[in-house]
Amino acid sequence: MIESTEVKIPVSGIGIRRKARASIALIGNPNAGKSTLFNRLTGLRQTTGNFPGVTVEKHLGTVQLAHNAFNLIDLPGIYSLDGTSTDERIAVDVTLGRVPGTERPSGLLVVIDATHIYQGLYLLEQLLELQLPTIVALTMIDAATASGISIDIVALQNALGGVPVYPVSSISGHGLDALKEGLEHITSTPFPSIPASWPEFSETAEQLSQQLGPDWQRIDVIQALLRTHPGFAGRLGKLLGQDTVDNLRLKLFGDAPPAAAEARQRYQWIKTVIAEVQEQAPLYSKISARLARWTNRPWPATLLFFAVLLLVFQAVFTWATPMMDAIDALSSGLGRLIITKMGDNALSSFLADGVIAGVGSVLIFLPQILILFLFIIILEDTGYLARTSFLMDRVMRTVGLSGQSVIPMLSSFACAVPSIMATRVIPDRRDRIATILAAPFMTCSARLPIYALLIAAFVPNQSIGWMNLQGLVLFGLYILGILGGLGTALLLKSSALKGPKPHFMLALPDFRAPNLQTVAIKLFDRGRIFLKRAGTVIFVVAILVWTLAYFPRMDTTEYATVATTGTALDQPEIANKRSAAQMEQSWLGRIGRTIEPVFKPLGWDWRVSSAVIAGFPAREVVVAVMGTIYAVGSDADEQSLSEKLRSARWPDGKLIFTLPMVLGLLVFYAWCLQCAATLATIRRETNSWRWPVFAWVYMTSIGYTGAFVIFQVGSIL
Amino acid sequence: MTLADLARGDIAKLDEIDTRDPGVIRLMVLGMVEDIVVRMENIAIGGDPLEVGFFGSSVSLRKEQARHFKVTRITAGD
Repeated sequence: MIESTEVKIPVSGIGIRRKARASIALIGNPNAGKSTLFNRLTGLRQTTGNFPGVTVEKHLGTVQLAHNAFNLIDLPGIYSLDGTSTDERIAVDVTLGRVPGTERPSGLLVVIDATHIYQGLYLLEQLLELQLPTIVALTMIDAATASGISIDIVALQNALGGVPVYPVSSISGHGLDALKEGLEHITSTPFPSIPASWPEFSETAEQLSQQLGPDWQRIDVIQALLRTHPGFAGRLGKLLGQDTVDNLRLKLFGDAPPAAAEARQRYQWIKTVIAEVQEQAPLYSKISARLARWTNRPWPATLLFFAVLLLVFQAVFTWATPMMDAIDALSSGLGRLIITKMGDNALSSFLADGVIAGVGSVLIFLPQILILFLFIIILEDTGYLARTSFLMDRVMRTVGLSGQSVIPMLSSFACAVPSIMATRVIPDRRDRIATILAAPFMTCSARLPIYALLIAAFVPNQSIGWMNLQGLVLFGLYILGILGGLGTALLLKSSALKGPKPHFMLALPDFRAPNLQTVAIKLFDRGRIFLKRAGTVIFVVAILVWTLAYFPRMDTTEYATVATTGTALDQPEIANKRSAAQMEQSWLGRIGRTIEPVFKPLGWDWRVSSAVIAGFPAREVVVAVMGTIYAVGSDADEQSLSEKLRSARWPDGKLIFTLPMVLGLLVFYAWCLQCAATLATIRRETNSWRWPVFAWVYMTSIGYTGAFVIFQVGSIL
Repeated sequence: MTLADLARGDIAKLDEIDTRDPGVIRLMVLGMVEDIVVRMENIAIGGDPLEVGFFGSSVSLRKEQARHFKVTRITAGD
């Protein structure tokens, strides 16, 4: 019987902490409750990193037990060891000790969802071939009971040849103490030498492994025979002779593909086990179940999907505003304080305009990013996000992709970096690259400030019917991004990345209530990653731009000239004139005027051009750079900046910011790839420079062309 | 009759699976093998993709792959 126990998360520094001696891998199906169990077992003693060479996240934690401590490696959720996606390959390679820098685990903690033991047992049976000490945590036991499923644990253990099974509920904490007790003795745990689901295969592999010597473990032979590891398959053919191996395959698999034969064999056995150990009571229809079924009907589900999207966008814009205003006020106040206390000199300008404005321009996006991620994490945790792939598969098919590209594209509305990482669930490399190149088109949160600035300055605040014109233009820019992304996918999928029609298969998780601890930990993680990644890039750029704009200084005679021509003006106006003159002869100004001819056909002067150039490493610095350049100082509020933009003129007196020019600038922003972090992520994920270079050249060209056409045509009209 | 011909709510047994399509093999790895009983849980707008339930799990797939699964209908849907 399970004891009702309260789970304590040990706080560092309290109690005896033991040093971890060995590591245990936590492995299981996606959505089996693995992360929740990981958090329960390790408390807050965990670190997040990357496995070398890939951006698959590596979660490490320590489990403190009464007499022992273990390192726990949380692996990506997988269904089998066949290894078709990056996540699957990493999970397999880590458990087999093939990843440099990560020691081979001395035991496996396999997580099986009690409501999905069918697929859970399949992975477990494959894992038993690894011949590592293994114990099973049967999670979601309360959810199983609630839906009328009861599992005979003793019978299950017997069917598995003695592998210990611990029913746990990560939410209430039931059964965790027993599981920890089991972990304590994991290395002395019995496990079957030959798993019961396909004994002929395991025995054949075992015999070959003994015949071939210590270089060949049973799992290596298995991967060679199944052809899931091409290297081993080739070597086995050379060692035994290709004919022998082919005959062996024919005997074991018949004429079916090896993976199909394996699925048939093992699932056949699993079916009989489930019939023995699981009792399913007839389901009575609860209101929640009926509601879930109704919202699952195609039309209600599609309408709900758009309602959810609307809610998310609304929340991102409205909830974040007070926090963004507060951060803005804080950083500009701090900047002013520094200037007042230290006087106007290079050091105070560096601190106020370079460091504080730089850090502030990063921090100001944190509330939006967190709100967006909060929604995305909750949608993910409840299983809703996977459902959207099902709903949107049809739309994605028209551009040659599948529903699996929907999640990365949706999360790209927050930031392209995590969304590009999210593409690794897409098994086909061509589809994955097409999605990676489409994702940066989606309107990420860093595009918002420049949109907000230009729309507020140049689009009249009036109503068209029940819609607001400014809101409509913003909505149009989002559509423009989506069209750019889908068009790119279509273009690539019908040319360079042409391939077989993508399959769409996805195990759809059940709806369940989000776990608060998991949501909080993921959100904190995202916030930290955002601050670290974006923070470093933007910080460096801000300092660089400040240096270029601040030096070389004008000499005093030039100062005097500016001051005398400005006698009729107010004190701040003189200061503005002076910094404008300073800006014009700074390195940034000189660079700006050198490149001005390139952007002149778009109707941009040197100031807009240099702000755009400065925005290439990170587009969010552009507002700050424009502020500095337009001689109001980078800490000025946007109102005065938009007034400055409205009155900015060419030397011949014509207005710079005409409607065609502004629309062109907006299109440029919507399509141009101005983000070093995105380029670096594309480089890491595709493992080549070809795709980031292509993405940059392609997006910059179409951004430029779009702005050119709109400005030229608009100017004629 | 194949899996692609089932209506929403139909319950059927999988009889014979054509394994020449690599997508079909991935569905088999998820547990769609011969002799199991499945329920057509959902059909998206436009008739594709499909959602199939078995042993408490749900898997979505396209009609193109569903055609490779021969089935016998046990009961008609809701």
